[in-house]
Amino acid sequence: MSDHETAPIVTLTDAARHFGPVRALDGVSLSVAPGDCIGLVGHNGAGKSTLVNLVNGGLAPSSGEIRFPGGASALEAGVRSVFQELSLCPNLTVAENLRISHSALKGPGWRTRARAEISESLNTIFPGHGIDPNAEVDTLSIAQRQMVEIAIGFAPRGTQARLVILDEPTSSLDAGIADQLLAHVKRFCGSGGAVIFISHMLGEVFDVASRIVVLKDGKVVAERITADFTRQGLVDAMGHVTTETATTETARAHGPQVVQTEQGLTARKGEVVGLSGLAGHGQAEALAKLYLSRSSSWRSRKVPDVVFVAGDRPRDGVLPLWSILRNISISILQQGAKRGLVNREAETAIAADWKSRIGIRTDDVTNPILSLSGGNQQKVLFARALASPAQVVIMDDPMRGVDVGTKQDVYAMIRAEAAKGRTFLWYSTETEEVCQCDRVFVFRNHEISAELTGADITEERILQASFEMQEAS
Amino acid sequence: MTFLSRHRIILPVVSLAVLLAATFYMQPRAMSYFGLNLLFNLAVPIALATIAQMMIIMVNDIDLSLGAFVSLAACVTATFLNDTPMIGLLILLALILSYAVLGALIHALELPAIVVTLGMSFVWSGLALFILSSPGGASPGWLRTLMTVKPPFAPMAVVAAVIIAGVTHLLIIRSGLGTVLRGVGGNARSVERAGWPVIRLKALAYGLAGLFGVLAGMALVGLTTSADANIALRYTLLSIAGVILGGGEFTGGKVSPVGAVIGALTLTLAASFLSFMRLSPDWQIGAQGAILILVLTARLIFSRKGAEA
Repeated sequence: MSDHETAPIVTLTDAARHFGPVRALDGVSLSVAPGDCIGLVGHNGAGKSTLVNLVNGGLAPSSGEIRFPGGASALEAGVRSVFQELSLCPNLTVAENLRISHSALKGPGWRTRARAEISESLNTIFPGHGIDPNAEVDTLSIAQRQMVEIAIGFAPRGTQARLVILDEPTSSLDAGIADQLLAHVKRFCGSGGAVIFISHMLGEVFDVASRIVVLKDGKVVAERITADFTRQGLVDAMGHVTTETATTETARAHGPQVVQTEQGLTARKGEVVGLSGLAGHGQAEALAKLYLSRSSSWRSRKVPDVVFVAGDRPRDGVLPLWSILRNISISILQQGAKRGLVNREAETAIAADWKSRIGIRTDDVTNPILSLSGGNQQKVLFARALASPAQVVIMDDPMRGVDVGTKQDVYAMIRAEAAKGRTFLWYSTETEEVCQCDRVFVFRNHEISAELTGADITEERILQASFEMQEAS
Repeated sequence: MTFLSRHRIILPVVSLAVLLAATFYMQPRAMSYFGLNLLFNLAVPIALATIAQMMIIMVNDIDLSLGAFVSLAACVTATFLNDTPMIGLLILLALILSYAVLGALIHALELPAIVVTLGMSFVWSGLALFILSSPGGASPGWLRTLMTVKPPFAPMAVVAAVIIAGVTHLLIIRSGLGTVLRGVGGNARSVERAGWPVIRLKALAYGLAGLFGVLAGMALVGLTTSADANIALRYTLLSIAGVILGGGEFTGGKVSPVGAVIGALTLTLAASFLSFMRLSPDWQIGAQGAILILVLTARLIFSRKGAEA
C-alpha cells in the first residue's frame, strides 16, 4: 500500500461512452486519489450512472482512457460500488450475499468466516444495526438491505476496499442511519480510502465531500473543492434554476373530509397531506391499506376513486415491457374506451399532453419505458396517476432518486392539482418535501404520533414526534 | 417472522407425515420394511427428476422437456448401456453436455426457457423412439442389483432418498458454488456485477439438471428392467409439482433440495394412498390433483399469515 499511497486509484482521461447516437458521457477527465471524497452531482440523465459504470469496470469507454494504477482491473484495484437500485440476492442470507462478491471465500467453514466478516463490517459502519447475518435478505426492510449492501461494499473481501462508489446510498435510510454512514465515509477517507458519493441531498454532499464534481449532459461543468461552492451555486451549475424555498402559499380553505382511516389519518378535499417519521414505521403500509380499501379487486370503475404513485418503481410501478405511452395510458383506458376497445387517438393525445406538461425527456413516447432514466420513469408514473380523474392521489415516497429540477416541477404540479380540488396523501423520507404539505402526520411504530398543521410543520417538530416516545421509555 | 415461514421445510414434512399416517391407517401392513419399499420404490427416479427440475427452477427457468429427456436416458440405458457400456456411457455424457449447452444458449440468446425446452421435448422424444421404437431393452445387471439392494434397517428407496437429499443439500445449500447458483436465480445482475460469468453458471445449472435427469432414467430402468420411449412423460409435471410441494418457488432462486425430495415422496405416496382407498383408477389422477391443490393452499395460507405477522 505504501508505494502507491498518493498515487491515484483511478484516472480517467477524456473518457467517453456512447450508446448509439446518445452521448451518455462526452469526454470526462477525473482522477481519484486516496483520501478523496468526491461528491458527484447532476440531473437524472446527466451521465452519473455511466461514469460510475466506467469507473467500476462495468462498461468500457467508447474513447479515451481509464487507468487503475493499483491493479489490472477495477476489481483488483479495490474499486467497489454500492448501487442505487438494490442489488442483493433476496433469496440468500446476508452472509451468503457476501459470498457472491467475495469469491475467495472457499472451503469448509466459509459460512462462519462470511458471517464474521459481514458482522464486523456492519458493526463498524452502523453500530447497533440489529441485522442478523443469517437472515434472508427478503425478510429485511429496504433500509436494512441498503445497510447490508453498503457493509458489503466496505468489507475487506480478501483484499481491501480502496475506492467505494456510493450511488444514492441514503435515499432509503432515515436520518440517524444516514448520519452513521456519513460519519463512516469521513473516517474511511481519513484513513486513506476514497469515496465517490452521489446524492440528490445536497446537504449530505456538502457534509462529506472534499471535492464536488458537477456533471451536465455528459460533461464535467464544474469541479472545485467543497468550500468554494454554495448551495445555490451548485444548483445553478447543474443547470436548473430553482428557488431555494418553495413559494409560500396562502392558506386555503379546504373542502369536506374525503379520507378517514381507523388509524386516524384524515384528509380534506384539495389538501396535501404528508406522512412522515422514520423510514419503515408503517407509513407505506398505511397508504397501501388505504388504497386497497378504496379500490376493488373485482370491479374496476370507469372513474377510479383513488390512484397510487409508487416509489419502488421496479416492484409496483413501471410495466417494463411496455412503451412510455402504454405506461401512461393504463390508468385511463377505461374512460376512453368505446365498446371495450381502446381509443387510440385519445390515448396518444393524452400521452403527448403529459409528455410536455411534465417534461418527460424522450423523442418519442412509443419508446420502451426502460430507455428512460430513473427520474423520468418516475415522471411517467406521475403522469399515469394525474391523467386519471381520481380525486385522491396516494404517493408512496415517489421522489426516491429524483433530481432537484424534477422535484420542483412535480411540487408545482401537485400544488396546481390540489388547487383544483384533488387530495394528495404523500409519504416521503425527505423532511424538506414533507414541509411542503398542508398537514403532516408523523408515524412511529405503526401509529400516528403527531398531527402537525401550518406553521407547526418544521423539521424540529417532525423529528421530535419521530423520536419523542423513544426518549420517554 | 413466524416459525413456519422461517422454516419452510416444516410444511412438506408435515404433509408427508400426514399422508403416511393415513396410509398406515388404511393399510397397517404397509408399516414394514417390505411395505415401505413397495410404497416408495418408484419415488427414487421421481426424486432424481425433481432434483433435476429444481436445478432449472433455481435459475428462474422451467424445463418442460424433462419427462422426454428421462425417457430418452432410460432408452439409452436399456439398450446401449446394456449392450455396449462404453458407447452407452458416452451417449449419456453427451446428453448431459447438450443440456449444459442448452442452458448457455438460452442465456446467451435470451430465449425463454419454457419455449426452448418445449421444443426440445419433441427432439428428445423423437430420439427415444428412434432408439427404442417399441417397449423393450434390458437393464444392465449391476444397475438392477443396485436398485434392488436390501440395506439393513431401512429399505433401499428410503436410504436412496436420504442420500439424494443429503448430497444435493450439500451441493446447493451449503457449498459456495451452490450459493452463487442460487444467487443467479435471486438476482442475476448482481452476480454478474460481482464478476461471475453468468453464462457458465447457467450452463452448470443446466448441466446438473442433465446429470440428475440421466440418473433418473437409469434408476427407472433399474426398477422396471426395461424401457419405452414414453416411460417417463409424466415426470415433467410431477417434477414441477415436487419442487413446489417441497417449498420451492417458481422464481427468485428459492429452492430446497430436501424439500424437493420430500415432495417427490409425497407425490408417489399420494398415488398409493388413493389405490388403498379403492378409488377407481378413472378418478385417481383427479384426486391426485386435489391433494396437490390442498397442500399448496395450506402452504399459501401459512406463508400469508407469516407475511402478516
